[in-house]
Amino acid sequence: MADRFPSPFDMETPPGAEGWEQLYAYSSVFSEDRRTYEDGTFWFMDGVHTPEVVPPWDATILEFALIGLSQYNTRHYVIPPAKGVDVRFLNGYMYLSPVGVADPAEIEARVPEFMERAGFYFQNWQRLYDAWLPKVRTLIGELEAIEFTPLPDREAMAVLTEGRGTGSALDLLSTYNRLIDLTMKLWHYHFEFLNLGYAAYLDFFGFCKGLFPSIPDQAIAKMVAGIHVDLFQPDEELKKLALLALELGVADHVSTGTAAEAVASLRGSDAGETWLAAWETAKQPWFNFSAGSGFYHSDKVWLENLDIPMGFIRGYIAKAARDESLERPMAAVAAERDRIVAEYAALIDDPENKAMFEGKLGLARTVFPYVENHNFYVEHWGHSIIWRKMRDLGGLFVKEGFFADADDIFLLGRNEVPVALFDMYHGWAVGIESRGPSYWPREITRRHGIMKALRNWSPPPALGVPPEVITEPFTVMLWGVTSESVKQWLGGSDDDPNHLHGFAASPGLAEGPARVIFSADGIADLLEGEILVAPLTAPSWAPVFGKIAATVTDVGGIMSHAAIVCREYGLPAVTGTAYGTKNIKTGQRLRVDGNTGDVTILD
Amino acid sequence: MSTIEWFHTYDPRRAPDMGGKNASLGTLTLAEMPVPPGFAILASAYRKVLADGGLDTALHDIVSVVDPRDADQVANAGRRARELVIGAELPQSLSDDIVDAYEELSRRCVTPDIAVAVRSSATCEDQPDASFAGGHDTYLWIRGAAEVIAHVRRCWSSLYTDRAICYRREMGYVELGAAMSVGVQKMVLPRTSGVAFTLDPSNGDRSQVAVEASWGLGEAVVAGAVTPDNFLVDKVLREVTRRTVATKTIQHRVSADGILEEVEVEPDRRQAPSLTDDELRTVAALALRAEKHYGCPQDVEWALDDHLPPGENVLLLQSRPETVWSRKPRVSSYHAASPLSYMHRITAAQPLS
Repeated sequence: MADRFPSPFDMETPPGAEGWEQLYAYSSVFSEDRRTYEDGTFWFMDGVHTPEVVPPWDATILEFALIGLSQYNTRHYVIPPAKGVDVRFLNGYMYLSPVGVADPAEIEARVPEFMERAGFYFQNWQRLYDAWLPKVRTLIGELEAIEFTPLPDREAMAVLTEGRGTGSALDLLSTYNRLIDLTMKLWHYHFEFLNLGYAAYLDFFGFCKGLFPSIPDQAIAKMVAGIHVDLFQPDEELKKLALLALELGVADHVSTGTAAEAVASLRGSDAGETWLAAWETAKQPWFNFSAGSGFYHSDKVWLENLDIPMGFIRGYIAKAARDESLERPMAAVAAERDRIVAEYAALIDDPENKAMFEGKLGLARTVFPYVENHNFYVEHWGHSIIWRKMRDLGGLFVKEGFFADADDIFLLGRNEVPVALFDMYHGWAVGIESRGPSYWPREITRRHGIMKALRNWSPPPALGVPPEVITEPFTVMLWGVTSESVKQWLGGSDDDPNHLHGFAASPGLAEGPARVIFSADGIADLLEGEILVAPLTAPSWAPVFGKIAATVTDVGGIMSHAAIVCREYGLPAVTGTAYGTKNIKTGQRLRVDGNTGDVTILD
Repeated sequence: MSTIEWFHTYDPRRAPDMGGKNASLGTLTLAEMPVPPGFAILASAYRKVLADGGLDTALHDIVSVVDPRDADQVANAGRRARELVIGAELPQSLSDDIVDAYEELSRRCVTPDIAVAVRSSATCEDQPDASFAGGHDTYLWIRGAAEVIAHVRRCWSSLYTDRAICYRREMGYVELGAAMSVGVQKMVLPRTSGVAFTLDPSNGDRSQVAVEASWGLGEAVVAGAVTPDNFLVDKVLREVTRRTVATKTIQHRVSADGILEEVEVEPDRRQAPSLTDDELRTVAALALRAEKHYGCPQDVEWALDDHLPPGENVLLLQSRPETVWSRKPRVSSYHAASPLSYMHRITAAQPLS
């Protein structure tokens, strides 16, 4: 077994992608300037959020996310054994590196600070968390209020009569800066509680593993399941709409044609209008839900692709018409959770350990709603707006002849946008043609070519030198990168291609034909009883969880969204198999053991 | 004087006269666990046979002078002692009691000359259970009263195997107090059998049941002649949490003409799991019943009979206390080892309001 992964400096640029580095921030690419550090540390490809090439502007949100995570670990809470998570783009793919604190004396020295800072948050969790939701809703309102107004032919008279003293272009530039600032703020809010939430979770995990060395991870995860979280609300809304359609007798209308055609056919009748009113109510905010991880501008948002939620509603109507229950087994999950907790607790005979078990479980449950809810508000709702606003701005560039398509704006880095805006402003102010219309179409074509070439590259799962142990809470909980998975990657996938091992993420045993899909577009193809095999799954795929037999993902840990959602829906799941989509072909029969984390290809 | 104790009417006051194994079978039967029916020939019957023939002092004289470190001496004394026991005269009343009991068992099982297992269950005056693993003989698939009696004698004589002599000397048991009860129990012809521990023997985790299983009779597993399938079942989740299916090459079974034989496992079954998940859960549930009954971790032998309905098809053959981990204090390994010990300090010091 090799003792290190390939060097990032040995990675070749795919033919046709030359010059890709210039599309990303100079500080976010590998460089000779920091070679000693970069070559000697450990980097893993973030398949959980970015299984594909990251377009240049999309890198903005990822960089903000990682910097937010890092600053809370390093500067806010002083997590004793972990600093931040470093980020680099390589051939357009995102690699991350958890930065640990190696010196035991330094870790020890950080503990009192952590106790004071994190302790305050834990002790005042409810009060601080109660303030979080209004805060993030206000921020979302501010994002929604952003408007990119085209530059006027003449400034309005009011600018003069009111003696404003500034022009429209300043507003335009400021609005872009404001969007950037609000995006960063969104990501600060994102991590206000999450680092501590994960740390509390990991602490409970570690404690249970200490008491019961063979306890499966999912047993521990189940002890905090069955709590209502907003992340599941979009799916609940779809079920309500399906039942309402049946109740109002408009199920046939709802089920016919495209979403737009169905809406048109419902207009006019009382029942139809009643249903449409409910449909409109559900949209805000719950249809601000991405079909992907939310980290790509190309991820489809329900609100802008109404055929997606409409398709799910139709599935639920069909199911309800067959007299099958649409209810998520909430009560059953909660009852099972209580049984599990009571029975494990009964196996602990030391009263001190039992009290500690209860205390840590209480904390893990307190943090759980946040650990899940933030995902809807930030990655789904917040991001949906950011992508939409950026598209508006792209449309402005289209109007000025800079771009052919509004989405071309995502091929610019975030700091290139003000430069292009300045060019537009300059032409407008001076009264000449901007350079943009002759510069950007050629440049956009070149960049499309680079993106295409990068997409053909196959990123290795990891680079550099692995650490002995991985202690950064997010790396373990969310990305599922553990000391064991690193060992597995080093060993390669060549031992038995018909057997895969991952995290036993959600219990149960299932056999069935595989359906390998690589993006949300494929989920419509899933048939009853099939086993979904995907690089990762998004919470918004939940509506198909009622009909598939199991889920297998390439990436993600025990607390990845795929894992949590599968547990809540009682669907067997194995996450983080690394090679699932590579080794499994659609149609092959699989055996998925959600209890042991084993996936076997049966033919 | 009574010489026979049926498991289903077991009187716990008889325990010292039955040896650990037989007493345990009685206890489990009384607790309504699925134990194959049978009876014990009491150790006092064995003692009486020896005393009547004046053999007890003869045996004592042979064995008590042996130097356990001298293998030749032990072998010589053992052979002489076993010859004495095998040749002892059986009083007619005892022989009648055994025949009657055996015939009664056959009637209960609605099978003439029911096939039985004849098992040793040693005892000592101050040591109700003087058995040790593999120390005394067990005979399988015995049919007919005469054969049963012949094998009861063999079990008696196995009190003087070389290892048993040394074991008692090393443990300091009183030689004169040593005696043998013998169990006669309906034979199960299992599709699969094995052992189970009500904790994970690799780390002492009491939330798990470890199950070892292989095809056919359990002798191959117990004797270590085959690498069994190895499973871990979580007591609380009631799910299989670890699964290692071994290549199982041999099995013990009874041939069509009633001969117990060791045969190769058919190629297509070698790498197949010898238990389904449902069957595993049944085995684990049974082991847990035994643990609950005794109030401490158990090490059980079980057998799965395909002819019985699912859920009731696993039979308990033996249950004894687990001794390795049960004696260790239980501590969490978390605090010192975890890189998250800092979190532990915060949750321990500042429990959530």
